[in-house]
Amino acid sequence: MSADLTMQKHRSLLLTLVWAAPVAVALLAAPHVVGPFHTLTLMYGLVFGIAVLGFNLLLGYTGLLSFGHSAYFGAGAYTVAFMVKYFKVASMELFLAGSVLISVIISLLFGVVCVRYTKIFFGILTLALSQVLWSLAFKFFWVTGGTDGLRVPTPSLLGTAPLADKMEFLAFQYYYYVLAVFTVCVIVMWVIVHSPFGKALQAIRDNETRAEFIGIRIRRYRLIAFVVSGAFAGVAGALWAPLNGLATPDVLVWTFSGEIVFMAVLGGFNSFIGPIVGAMAFTYLKTYAVGFTVYWQLLLGTVLVVLVLALPKGIMGMVELLVAKVRRPR
Amino acid sequence: MSLLTTRALAKSFGENRAVNSVDFVVKQGEVLSLIGSNGAGKTTLVNLISGLYRPDSGSIVFEERDVSRQSSYERIKSGIARSFQLVNLFDQLSCLDNVALSIFSREGKTLKLATLASRDRAVWEEAQGVLRQFGLDGKAAITAGAISHGERKLLDVAVAYALRPKLLFLDEPTSGVSTREKAPIMDIVFRYSERIVVMHQGSILADGTPDEIRRNDEVTTTLIGTHVTGEPAFENGNHAGR
Repeated sequence: MSADLTMQKHRSLLLTLVWAAPVAVALLAAPHVVGPFHTLTLMYGLVFGIAVLGFNLLLGYTGLLSFGHSAYFGAGAYTVAFMVKYFKVASMELFLAGSVLISVIISLLFGVVCVRYTKIFFGILTLALSQVLWSLAFKFFWVTGGTDGLRVPTPSLLGTAPLADKMEFLAFQYYYYVLAVFTVCVIVMWVIVHSPFGKALQAIRDNETRAEFIGIRIRRYRLIAFVVSGAFAGVAGALWAPLNGLATPDVLVWTFSGEIVFMAVLGGFNSFIGPIVGAMAFTYLKTYAVGFTVYWQLLLGTVLVVLVLALPKGIMGMVELLVAKVRRPR
Repeated sequence: MSLLTTRALAKSFGENRAVNSVDFVVKQGEVLSLIGSNGAGKTTLVNLISGLYRPDSGSIVFEERDVSRQSSYERIKSGIARSFQLVNLFDQLSCLDNVALSIFSREGKTLKLATLASRDRAVWEEAQGVLRQFGLDGKAAITAGAISHGERKLLDVAVAYALRPKLLFLDEPTSGVSTREKAPIMDIVFRYSERIVVMHQGSILADGTPDEIRRNDEVTTTLIGTHVTGEPAFENGNHAGR
């Protein structure tokens, strides 16, 4: 590689460290600095961040807009609930393994059908299939608990029994566990999008015909991306279930898929960290809107419409624009 | 020895027979120009051979294997590559990425999820080398969507070339390109063809050396308005060979 490109890469790595290091310190210190309320809100943001990171492998890197990611998130959450109820499992590691397995199976089954199509057809198919899972959770109440959902108690972490005080467990033990899983997910996704496979996905996104004519089997790559994306949503669902304490059909319904899409758009799906920023911003906006008024959907909707109109490329798009302006020689 | 043979290859779009029972041969190692006026069927023939279109009838034999029913992916793996009349690139990726992707694909490395692409020095060095050959090394870090049309045409050829194909089709490699930018393209694809095939209305009108084609009255009459000499033949045509 030429010296110019190597230098460019080193500079980009240095810049990443400049902002990533303080963020890492803030995330590590959060439970000791802010109260349990903010720690829990932050944790929801991290969990949704994992789901949206997975979702963005399809939207940002492969050019496929899924409106059905609630299915894989919900599959992860319900897998945990079923493991608790029917198999008396209490280990978080087993929950994660089970959730990944089930979300991979479901995303594989759905993906085989969906990746044959693109654009609106792909979006509608993912939406329709996710609604099938929602209706199953809704109607088979003797198995799923229906709208009451299934209770998920605090799990053991790395073989250690949870603290007796649930709030203390969630705001400390569980927070660091979620942060660790989140970090692993971010690293794994970063490697995937910077791997030859990730490059091939971006090639498919940019120009399907050309990608085919350099020997890339489009559907196979899309299917793998779909399954990886589903697995990330499954991990997020598994982490969400003990945090929420309950797995309900709400996480399988299409409006939740819409929220996932919105988080990615809000943060900026053209950037790697955009979806994470979007998940955090959306979680905080929603939390405060709910606390502010009973008409929180109206307030949230208005705020989001204004944000999208003002920041068409998302929060990270605006940040990149500002950075470019600062760097531009006068 | 023939590398590619088509037998009675045909393709229609509605009532229009774009390729009409074409028998076409490309020999191993030769540089061939396929010329003809607009709508003669050159691009359709290339599309059929490369697998973009399915033929209505006829067969395509490549290295003594019938590839007529193979997907474009399988044909690429067999060694048939092409560039496009309307440039087809990965616009949001850098020029270097565009070429590197061809090399990753050729080497069967695009399914690797767990290794960083940037670690594969051999691929990036080869990609740099290809860009250098095409005079695009200065544009390596620029996105393909941000370079000039002529450079995009060059890059389109470079992406196909990086696959190291046994048979490379260059579909109108100089169309829409300024005179200044044509030179490096033609330097790459050779200045003169060893053989010229003339197409007209979906069929092959003539096949011979540049001199034979120049002396062919039927070609001159059919291509009225087109001055059939050695060089201008490249101005409107497709090129095949290795």
